[in-house]
Amino acid sequence: MIPWLASARTGGMMALVAAIALLPLALSNNYFYEVAILVGLNAIVCVGLNLLIGYAGQISLGHAGFFGLGAYGSAILTGRFGWPPLAALPVATLAVALLAYLIGRPILRLRGHYLAMATLGMGVIVSIVAATEDRWTGGPDGMPVPPLAILGATLAGERPWYWLVGALLAAAVWLSLNLIDSPTGRALRALSGSEVAAEVVGIDSARQKVQVFVISAVFAAIAGALTAHYSGFITPSKATFFHSIELVTMVVLGGMASTFGAVVGAAVLTTLPQLLTAFKEYEMVALGAIMMGTMIFMPKGLVPSLALLAAWCRPGRAPA
Amino acid sequence: MNLLRVEALSREFGGVRAVDDLSFDVTRGTVHSIIGPNGAGKTTLLNLLTGIYAPSGGRILFEDSDLTGRAPWEFAVAGVARTFQNLQVFFNMSALENVMVGRYRRERCSLGAALLRTAVLKRAERACREEAAELMRFVGLGAWLDARADAMPYGALKRLEIARALATQPRMLLLDEPAAGLNPAETLEIVGLIGKLSERGHTVVLVEHNMRLVMGVSDQVLVLDYGRKLAEGPGEEVRRDARVIEAYLGPADAGEPETVLH
Repeated sequence: MIPWLASARTGGMMALVAAIALLPLALSNNYFYEVAILVGLNAIVCVGLNLLIGYAGQISLGHAGFFGLGAYGSAILTGRFGWPPLAALPVATLAVALLAYLIGRPILRLRGHYLAMATLGMGVIVSIVAATEDRWTGGPDGMPVPPLAILGATLAGERPWYWLVGALLAAAVWLSLNLIDSPTGRALRALSGSEVAAEVVGIDSARQKVQVFVISAVFAAIAGALTAHYSGFITPSKATFFHSIELVTMVVLGGMASTFGAVVGAAVLTTLPQLLTAFKEYEMVALGAIMMGTMIFMPKGLVPSLALLAAWCRPGRAPA
Repeated sequence: MNLLRVEALSREFGGVRAVDDLSFDVTRGTVHSIIGPNGAGKTTLLNLLTGIYAPSGGRILFEDSDLTGRAPWEFAVAGVARTFQNLQVFFNMSALENVMVGRYRRERCSLGAALLRTAVLKRAERACREEAAELMRFVGLGAWLDARADAMPYGALKRLEIARALATQPRMLLLDEPAAGLNPAETLEIVGLIGKLSERGHTVVLVEHNMRLVMGVSDQVLVLDYGRKLAEGPGEEVRRDARVIEAYLGPADAGEPETVLH
């Protein structure tokens, strides 16, 4: 095989684009499209979150908060103030970026898992505010969100949304792969490899961590706003702690420090509950068992473990 | 001319003075060794000289700036680089990438350029890769250019850290026991490498407890004991100093001279 095809960067990117392009052949009805769109939106969040968890070695337990803020921000600006979505979405995203910066800057100067605690608190506040400020958010029942209109044309139906989300996911993965392979990305990987060694070659660890924290929050906010416009309705459940945990689990299950792992993790954890409905009341038990089994037998996560297996099975190399 | 001036530097850990009122200068272009028995405060001193610890008292002047109390990355920006006695290698990367990280301050780019992988960045990355490879060859790691860091033997990793430190283009290079844990043949190679660095005009601060290694390569030797300066001067002079011999070997009757003094 041509070497560049086999590289994770180019080969993986082409495989992803091919998968997005060919998947509609297998999507026989709108319900399948809906699941595929949700996979794509979750995957965008996870690609961003993986930069933070997998590469910078920091845990956020509040990314559903950023997701929710993006969703509610865009929903309120369009629904209550009549802004066009194309203006509301960037403004909501910028506001989330600013908030992430303000939270991250003091916290990320500290070592350890302070970020996890701070983001946990932030996420809880966001979901409480979303549930109680019913004048703005509709309270626990949620609020309707106007559809996404681009230059006067309303984006309606599953197929256009599929292509929009597919293109954005491909873009998110491409940006993430570029970042990881740049001096900035090496600095991030250096931080998780040895923070002290990274600092003594001149990497300002606090600044790098804040930067990647803001990037990951922006990915979450964009996906949140799109989810709100896509489903036409938003409830506080999307901003809860449980959704934050779900997002972290997707990243860990797919494989930390693997961009494609984040996509696969999002795909598996979004589709599994749909597939497991066959187990009826044992659905959650089956889901838990699958996740435990994966983490016990593939502690590095799905994609890195399978890549290792593939390397072993290659002809000319005996299994270790 | 002095590159580094340390003035009355102290560091306490809960009442223990690991470095105690220490003053010395390092001259540009020399190899300045810091030796002393285990627990003499050598590693604490290196951590102070790279900003990992903040001093309890005293000042660190480097070139014309006062670096006292600055963060490690600011020491790096000023031109101080180091290696670690207990390896601090980025095991999640390739060997070459470890060295490329050392060029961070020179290669770093805007976030936009990183995300979009611009043509300018691609060219800079190719140059960075080439220079990192050149440094690996210089330290004798030419055979490991395509290796993952976690697949390399201990002796090679020690040299990888030196290459990474050199990649920052330091004005002063601090080596923390570069021969610790190496066999005699590997130790000789390290001594040779330090000689090569010196020939190239690098200013090297070498921390060692093995006096034999130090003697051949050093212009100046500073002997630490209990965080204080015991003696300082050219190697031969220090080696004959009665206080140094006593600190290393204990009172005259208790010594095992072969282990350190040769």
